[in-house]
Amino acid sequence: MATRAKKASASSAKAKSSTSLTAPPPADFNKDEELYAYREMLLIRRFEEKAGQLYGMGFIGGFCHLYIGQEAVVTGMQMAAKDGDQVITGYRDHGHMLATGMESRGVMAELTGRHGGYSKGKGGSMHMFSKEKNFYGGHGIVGAQVSLGTGLAFANKYRDNGAVACAYFGDGAANQGQVYESFNMAALWKLPIIYVIENNRYAMGTSVSRASAQTDFSQRGASFSIPGFQADGMDVRAVKAAADYALDYCRSGNGPVILEMQTYRYRGHSMSDPAKYRSKDEVQKMRSEHDPIEQIKKRILDEGHADEAGLKAIDKEVREIVSDAADFAQSTPEPDPSELYTDILL
Amino acid sequence: MPIDILMPALSPTMEEGNLAKWLKKEGDSVASGDVIAEIETDKATMEVEAVDEGVIGKILVAEGAEGVKVNTPIAVLLQDGESADDIGRAAAPAPTPAPDAKYESAPAAAPVPAAPSEPAVASDPDIPAGTEMVPTTVREALRDAMAEEMRQDEAVFVMGEEVAEYQGAYKITQGLLDEFGPRRVVDTPITEHGFAGVGVGAAMSGLRPIVEFMTFNFAMQAMDQIINSAAKTLYMSGGQMGAPMVFRGPNGAAARVAAQHSQDYAAWYSHVPGLKVIQPYTAADAKGLLKAAIRDPNPVIFLENEILYGQTFDVPKLDDFVLPIGKARIHRPGNDCTIVSFGIGMTYAVKAAEELAGAGIDCEVIDLRTMRPMDLPTVVASVKKTGRLVTVEEGFPQCSIGDFIANQVQRQAFDYLDAPVITITGKDVPMPYAANLEKLALPNVGEVVDAVKAVTYAG
Repeated sequence: MATRAKKASASSAKAKSSTSLTAPPPADFNKDEELYAYREMLLIRRFEEKAGQLYGMGFIGGFCHLYIGQEAVVTGMQMAAKDGDQVITGYRDHGHMLATGMESRGVMAELTGRHGGYSKGKGGSMHMFSKEKNFYGGHGIVGAQVSLGTGLAFANKYRDNGAVACAYFGDGAANQGQVYESFNMAALWKLPIIYVIENNRYAMGTSVSRASAQTDFSQRGASFSIPGFQADGMDVRAVKAAADYALDYCRSGNGPVILEMQTYRYRGHSMSDPAKYRSKDEVQKMRSEHDPIEQIKKRILDEGHADEAGLKAIDKEVREIVSDAADFAQSTPEPDPSELYTDILL
Repeated sequence: MPIDILMPALSPTMEEGNLAKWLKKEGDSVASGDVIAEIETDKATMEVEAVDEGVIGKILVAEGAEGVKVNTPIAVLLQDGESADDIGRAAAPAPTPAPDAKYESAPAAAPVPAAPSEPAVASDPDIPAGTEMVPTTVREALRDAMAEEMRQDEAVFVMGEEVAEYQGAYKITQGLLDEFGPRRVVDTPITEHGFAGVGVGAAMSGLRPIVEFMTFNFAMQAMDQIINSAAKTLYMSGGQMGAPMVFRGPNGAAARVAAQHSQDYAAWYSHVPGLKVIQPYTAADAKGLLKAAIRDPNPVIFLENEILYGQTFDVPKLDDFVLPIGKARIHRPGNDCTIVSFGIGMTYAVKAAEELAGAGIDCEVIDLRTMRPMDLPTVVASVKKTGRLVTVEEGFPQCSIGDFIANQVQRQAFDYLDAPVITITGKDVPMPYAANLEKLALPNVGEVVDAVKAVTYAG
């Protein structure tokens, strides 16, 4: 993972060719940042584990795509983002919502299809939004969020508001045609957008090498002269450094940039995926050697930012938040039948 | 308190499964994320991961058990400081799952709430006596509508292929670049799927895009963004955000451009909740309805027609002429038969009505103008008066606009009908290129005349 990140020595991304940059070295986190990132990632993981459990109990239906393993990506990106920057993603979206500051109660209650959910129970796992937190969904059609996110960036430029849009998509979506239509317009019009490709190595059950002719996703914008680099998406500090660079690049009016986050999902594509397309050893190796939370936990203890008891206290607080969200999600009522016909037109 | 580990549902449809294998035994410690067992479903063998930390206190369902119902306790997990003696106190499976929460959450007998009745739509504004009527082409009317709305709302912009420097492939955006500049009149690459998505994204953040398709045939490339993103976001977000925008451009057959460039999409778009769909005939309607569409907070499909672009109609000279979306217009009052049409279909309807008047049959011609929401009260009231109905459109016959109207009329005015409803449509064929075949594929005045004579039992 992220051999480039290790080689990098300069304080910012350097050009190797016109579009291939070297990732900046991981950001230096102080105590507060380490503890913040630990808590954020732990919240996402515990939330997702609870979602998986509620799915197993029948409280959550349909499709449910968990983010476990990928927590460092959205956490590092959001640590670098400013108020007003927008986030849009596909259907593996619970982590993104929590990272933008949306309430775990409202997210979990949407998963259970209840009125207290962000979409009043009408969207579900794949469709939640928050104008207040600048989270624009939550989209179920692979790749659609890339064009929509480009539209958010178009609006930023139109309004000259200094905001940057972050459009997240996977290695699978990176093969959709509209992604390249969007790249072209974003580069042509110098739109402030970061394309964050979360390469978790599998598009549902198909490994990147079986689906992609060019597996260096950071270079997927080369024909539009969009620069990009690969970053270690399992190290929240590497993600944060990549995000700092990219946000500055976009805010300075240079147009779009591509960040390929090399990451891994531990669970199947969705709850009903037995994940027979990869070996248990592969999953186990990622968990034991690259887990984003274990990495930061070790650093925190080594650096003396907190002791075991301190981490346990964070763990307990996070469990309480998640447990409260789960209780709320099971106790808040289903939407009133009259909601069937609301929110179709304004 | 000890925690019951329950038989999980591992797919949207699973009701029971086999406990294929235990990977932990009584006394083993587990951390969240550890695989504790393998479960066979009808589709696959799945691993079950622990959610909570603890020690397996007791295994309740043995390896090899088949047909274990979802939510049956399969093991008990002990927490810090608990022993097997505490097992009797196992919490009732944390909040008792609703009896199969997924499928029966709404009791089977729960009545489907009635669809709310359509809100009353205002009538057309009165045109003050003495208002100057200006002969205007549909093309000019559309351009004027956009320019007027862009002048009064900075959030409105137009994007599409050749809309700026080329002044519009069909010259609908003529002059807009000069007045509003390239920031608000945006030439796009030939990339319908992409720029439709860009437009929807801009609308979600509060801008008011007018997305021009060079023709609606090309919008097929953008269908996913129009339907899945523009039309459904308001609902999926529980009303938090939607797509206030207009998709517009010529629709339907032009002349001799063959199958891929000659299709009427009125029925396609009118199928979709979350959209408004307009297809004007006259220049005044084109202007007043396009202005309304641009102001509307919903995604509006605005279907124009290349052949109508050059036709001239009177448009009232008013500072702000806006028409209500969702209101049909009685183009010609009459008593013997109702003809309902829209867009270029009106050209056949109007000529047929004139010809039939000569034969003593007095037709009421209704220009639907808006396909969705549809002004059925005006249609039904007319049918109750005439007892007969003929619909006219250029689209394909199956699931046409006329089919929908016929169905609604037989439900709402069955006893008033004196004859079966006839729907005149394009023929059930891709549009041919050859001049003679193209003519045969489209509706014609003679067909409308014959249909009206048939339903009025006139020789």
